[in-house]
Amino acid sequence: MDQNITQPLVTVRNCRQAYHKEASADFVVLDDVDLTLHEGEIVALLGRSGSGKSTLLRIVSGLLKPTSGEVKWRGKELKGPAEGVAMVFQSFALFPWLTVQENVELGLEALGVKTDEREERSEEAIDLIGLGGYDTAYPKELSGGMRQRVGLARALVVHPDLLLMDEPFSALDVLTAETLRTDLIDLWMDKKLPVKSILIVTHNIEEAVLLSDRILVFSSNPGRVAHELTVPFPHPRNRYDPAFREMVDNIYGIMTRRAPKEVQAAPAVPTGFATPLHPVGTNLMAGLLETLHNPPYDGRADLPALAAALQYEVDELLPLGETLSMLGFAVLEEGDLILTETGKRFAEAETEDRKEIFAAQIKAHVPLINAIRAVIDQRSNHRASAVRFRDELEDHMSPEYAEETLRTVISWGRYAEIFEYDEEAQQFGLEEEDEEEEA
Amino acid sequence: MTNYTPTALAGRRLPNRWDGVALLLVMGLLVALVEVGRSTISAPITMVQNTPIHLDPAYLPYYALRSTARMFAALFFSLLFTLTYATLAAKSRRAGMVLIPILDILQSVPILGFLTFTTVFFLGLFPGKVMGAELASVFVIFTSQAWNMAFSFYQSLTTLPIDLQEASRSFRLSPWQKFWRLDVPFAMPGLVWNTMLSMSGGWFFVVASEAVTVGNTTFTLPGIGSYVATALQQENLKAIFYAIIAMLVVILLYDQLLFRPLVAWSAKFRFETTAAASGPEPWMLKVLRRTALFQDIGDVISNAMRAVTRLRLSLPARHQVDESREPSKIVDGIWFAAIALVAAYAAYKIVQFVSGTLHWSDVGTAVLMGSFTLLRVMVLMVVAALIWVPIGVWIGLRPKATRIAQPIAQFLAAFPANLLFPPVVLAIVYFHVAPDIWLTPLMLIGTQWYVLFNVIAGAAAFPGDMKEAVANFHVRGWLWWRKVMIPGILPYFITGALTASGGAWNASIVAEVASWGSTNLAAHGLGAYIAQATAAGDTPRVVLGVVVMSGFVILVNRILWRPLYAYATRRTTLG
Repeated sequence: MDQNITQPLVTVRNCRQAYHKEASADFVVLDDVDLTLHEGEIVALLGRSGSGKSTLLRIVSGLLKPTSGEVKWRGKELKGPAEGVAMVFQSFALFPWLTVQENVELGLEALGVKTDEREERSEEAIDLIGLGGYDTAYPKELSGGMRQRVGLARALVVHPDLLLMDEPFSALDVLTAETLRTDLIDLWMDKKLPVKSILIVTHNIEEAVLLSDRILVFSSNPGRVAHELTVPFPHPRNRYDPAFREMVDNIYGIMTRRAPKEVQAAPAVPTGFATPLHPVGTNLMAGLLETLHNPPYDGRADLPALAAALQYEVDELLPLGETLSMLGFAVLEEGDLILTETGKRFAEAETEDRKEIFAAQIKAHVPLINAIRAVIDQRSNHRASAVRFRDELEDHMSPEYAEETLRTVISWGRYAEIFEYDEEAQQFGLEEEDEEEEA
Repeated sequence: MTNYTPTALAGRRLPNRWDGVALLLVMGLLVALVEVGRSTISAPITMVQNTPIHLDPAYLPYYALRSTARMFAALFFSLLFTLTYATLAAKSRRAGMVLIPILDILQSVPILGFLTFTTVFFLGLFPGKVMGAELASVFVIFTSQAWNMAFSFYQSLTTLPIDLQEASRSFRLSPWQKFWRLDVPFAMPGLVWNTMLSMSGGWFFVVASEAVTVGNTTFTLPGIGSYVATALQQENLKAIFYAIIAMLVVILLYDQLLFRPLVAWSAKFRFETTAAASGPEPWMLKVLRRTALFQDIGDVISNAMRAVTRLRLSLPARHQVDESREPSKIVDGIWFAAIALVAAYAAYKIVQFVSGTLHWSDVGTAVLMGSFTLLRVMVLMVVAALIWVPIGVWIGLRPKATRIAQPIAQFLAAFPANLLFPPVVLAIVYFHVAPDIWLTPLMLIGTQWYVLFNVIAGAAAFPGDMKEAVANFHVRGWLWWRKVMIPGILPYFITGALTASGGAWNASIVAEVASWGSTNLAAHGLGAYIAQATAAGDTPRVVLGVVVMSGFVILVNRILWRPLYAYATRRTTLG
């Protein structure tokens, strides 16, 4: 298809999405994003959670108005959900009180399609997607895979030009997700899908390489398009093809290369205090450090291989790796995770020693822990309200991240026995023996 | 049985300035009702026709039918109110700011206190006609049903799942379509449950609102309530016994034909992704679902419903969310000013209304009386807890006993306790004991069952693995109660206790005064204060009594029940 002649379906220019904060600077989710979508292509938006890729999808769908920037649908400014765009949701978003057929007919009802045509078209979509015989079932009677098929049929029945998919397979188990992906690509290749183009959001690198013609890799905080890659392989694609593997490895490299830079940049900022922390539990860290230390890894692991062995998605493994590297237990390098000396000591230590090592590391690398402890020590009653720390964090990040960061710090601080936390009163405090020492 | 957070427990915790505004608006409205009612009176209202009530039991089926019809008329208006009022409150931020506190106040106002206002109003609208009296009665039943239904609907509307909202918007459903496809179905389980609770509670007010005396106005409408009132006057114990039997039959029919099928049916709308194990299908629902005739009727109705709900009825709708758009400060300012003005006017009218006849000392009296009633309610709650918690836990831990006892407790909660007053009153008269003490239990006769069936539900829902752990560690006796069972059932107990205490405040208006023929008994309390003022037609004192009682109920809810409930649910749930 000649992309120079056909008008693009969607163009997004200088798109920015920010949440207004009263106290300080706006919290930016998407910054200066451009996107052009042509007929006949599948484009993947790949990135970690919080990189704004789902936000961009909602902007393209017309559900959300960007703070600034231009969004055009077939050359016209987009004002609200456009006819010709249909969406598939991560959570399926099926109406539990409607049968499969009624769910599928929903979009047609909204268009005011007459009963006969409506039934005909829904029947067609249901059969196409392999749901024949389930017409009168309710969603709760179906498995996850079948539910997402309903979600897909519901989107296809309106014959949209653009199909938007928001992490459509991430709520499914590995095998089911694979079946659905294959079915989708088969229908696409056979030109049986009544759509012209697909925009899919995912955090799964292999999925992006498997399905799409083009991949936009997003960086986080703020969300930007960091890389754009064209996937040259013809369908059907083979996951075990060396070229395929190389591309996956390459993208892993891109996604990890950017991450350490951000972490290194953080201490330079005067408010290193407010670095968002990933909600990674101490047990999980200990488990990964032990795994890294033991054979077959012996201190060094290739991330895609590690992810496959542990059945982790990149979205789950990367925050873990980054946290370990931030705390000085490991180093992330070109898609590899390498254990440091401290990491090794930790892996070999007993419970009490581990706590001490961990305490030393977080005191050295997490300014927030020290800030909390300092406030506790200053107070005569050795108590400090968590609210003030949450407020301070919220000046630098979204309320959800602030909450997550605070939760993480509480859990780390408790494990390292740096402070105690009273959930009812929302107050930090000291263990009794510590208090006596202080006095 | 499903457990829903009672509407009075949800939401804000401490009284704030909106409560004050709402209280003023509600009371202002009531005063306005009285004034409108009085100004339209063209004939002396003593002229209201009084249908003679026959104590012959052959009339009872007819009376029962009339009472039930009133109940359903009220239910119809309650639904209408719910769908409009709650929708407006949920969809418009500005309307919600006023409407929700008003609803909160309304559900704390003692329902029987409304009698005075509505009677004067409706009798004034239809001077000398039975219609006025009928409407006044229906309105009282309405006030016992509408508030928590509207609250439940509002809560559902504000907790719609985000993905379904996005799906509705992205498939471009019109607001009308979205209302019937998403809003109403999502709210259905909570709404049905609250409607059924409302109806159960409503029988009490059906009975209480049929035979009414406000000042020199008396009306008697054909119904079971009037039948009992007449029996009391004529000291006919046998007739009261017949009435109790008739009511039992009515409630049994209501329970079997309506309550159980509806609640089971509404499970279909429950928002859950897994098929939950459900109890046995009620026999009535089975009949409806399996009989060809009923199926055909059902299809006709549902097709008609669908045709209506499918209409687009397009209004310009905003499908796109604009995060950077902020509400206009100027419009907000005008809106607040308008509310303040109306509230000030309401305050002025109320002061004007009561200042002629009332003195500050009256406020003192009312508050003192309120303290007596508060003391009664508290003592009753403690007694009810001591009796029903052990029994409820014993039953709840035994599935077989639960299956038998749970429906009975729910059934008893629906039974209008005021029918049971006469025997007690008779006993007090006979034994010459102090009414201040012995009238007290009447307040809780009807509502104690809420404590029982909630405790049963709590004990039955106690996790099996925890029971095993407790048995494994040999936790017994007082330790078992303190560390295991009481925390385990606490949220359930509070739910029940709140409903029971709310009911007790209401019941105090009929329970603190009682009569048998020409013997009148009265206890000291706010209920008696309101009842006597109502009987004397002393509207300013009724206003005062109702305000003070509402104040007590709101304060107790906010200071005691809500924090306790929030604490209990926070502490006793994992994660």
